[in-house]
Amino acid sequence: MNIMSAETHVTVFPPALAVDGVSHAYGRRRVLDKVSLTVPQGQFTAVLGLNGAGKTTLLSLITRLFDTQSGSISVLGHRIDREPGEALRRLGVVFQARTLDLDLSVMDNLLFHAALHGIGGREARRRSTAALADVGMAERAKDKARDLSGGQMRRVEIARSLLHGPSLLVLDEPTVGLDIASKQAIVTHVRSLVRDRGVGVLWTTHMLDEIEPSDQILVLHLGKSLARGVVSDVVAASGKDSLRAAFASLTESAAPRDES
Amino acid sequence: MSDLTLDAPARGFTLGQYLTCLRGIMWREALRFVHQRERFVSALVRPLVWLFIFAAGFRQILGVSIIPPYETYVLYEVYVTPGLIAMIQLFNGMQSSLSMVYDREMGNMRMLLVSPFPRWFLLVSKLLASTTVSILQVAAFMIVAWLWGVDLPPWSFLTALPALVLCGLMLGALGMLLSSLIKQLENFAGVMNFVIFPMFFASSALYPLWLVQQSSPVVYFICRLNPFTYAVELIRFSLYGKLDFLSLAVVASAATVFTIAAILAYDPARGLLVRRGGGAP
Repeated sequence: MNIMSAETHVTVFPPALAVDGVSHAYGRRRVLDKVSLTVPQGQFTAVLGLNGAGKTTLLSLITRLFDTQSGSISVLGHRIDREPGEALRRLGVVFQARTLDLDLSVMDNLLFHAALHGIGGREARRRSTAALADVGMAERAKDKARDLSGGQMRRVEIARSLLHGPSLLVLDEPTVGLDIASKQAIVTHVRSLVRDRGVGVLWTTHMLDEIEPSDQILVLHLGKSLARGVVSDVVAASGKDSLRAAFASLTESAAPRDES
Repeated sequence: MSDLTLDAPARGFTLGQYLTCLRGIMWREALRFVHQRERFVSALVRPLVWLFIFAAGFRQILGVSIIPPYETYVLYEVYVTPGLIAMIQLFNGMQSSLSMVYDREMGNMRMLLVSPFPRWFLLVSKLLASTTVSILQVAAFMIVAWLWGVDLPPWSFLTALPALVLCGLMLGALGMLLSSLIKQLENFAGVMNFVIFPMFFASSALYPLWLVQQSSPVVYFICRLNPFTYAVELIRFSLYGKLDFLSLAVVASAATVFTIAAILAYDPARGLLVRRGGGAP
């Protein structure tokens, strides 16, 4: 979109991700209630919430595993319900559950993913080799995926999610179950993608130490958005002195799901 | 750091990209098939057990009169071979179904479903991959059957190839549809009891329908309603270079209906996975 004037020529890029008033229910059980969220390009945005907050459902909607029941989701200006192909090709995803094919080699897993994005032949192999090198897994390319540790699998999944050059990377609690070193390596790598490549990142978590004061944040609790903005602003608005205290205050004041 | 990001892709996909995606899905299925040797062995052993043991036992009991496409009396082994070929494809279709449920539980399925290609294309590609694997199994079985002395025309595999593709698609699509109905891997035993065995036994695979009709008109009626019967007959006729139009019509129609139903079942808006509620595929 170009906004022209006599003196200036400003190019306005659409956000990597725009979620607007999205609600979702499984049958009569409402799990998301009018959630809105924006991930600018080149920005790290975290969705912070406890188990059952609706984080995974939100990601299932963003990745179109489910269709949105109300509200809209756009990836780089492409509505996921109207132009799913255009939206999905600009999106990389790392699900919470491991999604590597354990019977295939690391390289074959990446080549399969490249094919699912229409990338084949030498180009697929070149990209796969480069992506594995980026996460320090080039040496394990020929190994079966089942022989990798949890942290190594996660690194391969991140490498795979970037093969097709997405503008938005969505990660669902990617550090769950990992040791401290693996966790730190993954956080550092993803933040370098934001800084060096301008990838917009949506990172869901319930771990406060993965979030920095300059990040954008959405606090999600029982399907409702409790706070949204830059972390330091959210903390200031809560009147507390840390994100931990602000998060506790916000979630405690929200209505519990069960009265019983 | 490598130059993988922000390619600003063009809109849509070229035919070449569609073919790359299809090839990738078929290649993965082939790799899994190669890696799971026991799957190939069991797929081959199952019909061979029927051919070597069951057919030998029933040769003297079951009389097969001259019925189309046969122009003379045939041995029971010859009669049962098309049924066993269809059985290979039936089990392969259900094996694919099992594999899809497993993929869903393991999370691999999500990577297929978040591909930017149209979902119908992804599912049809998977069907084609599964059908190709079943045809390779049939080829191996026919070689062993020929070595065992089953008398088939020398060109029979080639004349049966179109029928094998169609039957493979029908049974693969049925498996895919079932996979959307099965919530957990443990429930798959129900498919064996309620789908595979009834379909196989209530068909013309093991005995001619005129024999069934003499024994029980009700079972005969059920056999006539069973699409697997028509898959068996389509293969039986095609092995002799002949075409049974009724079987072709039924198998083609069933393949179309099952494929559309499977695509709808995996549709993110209307799909059965969504209606059931709960986790993502």
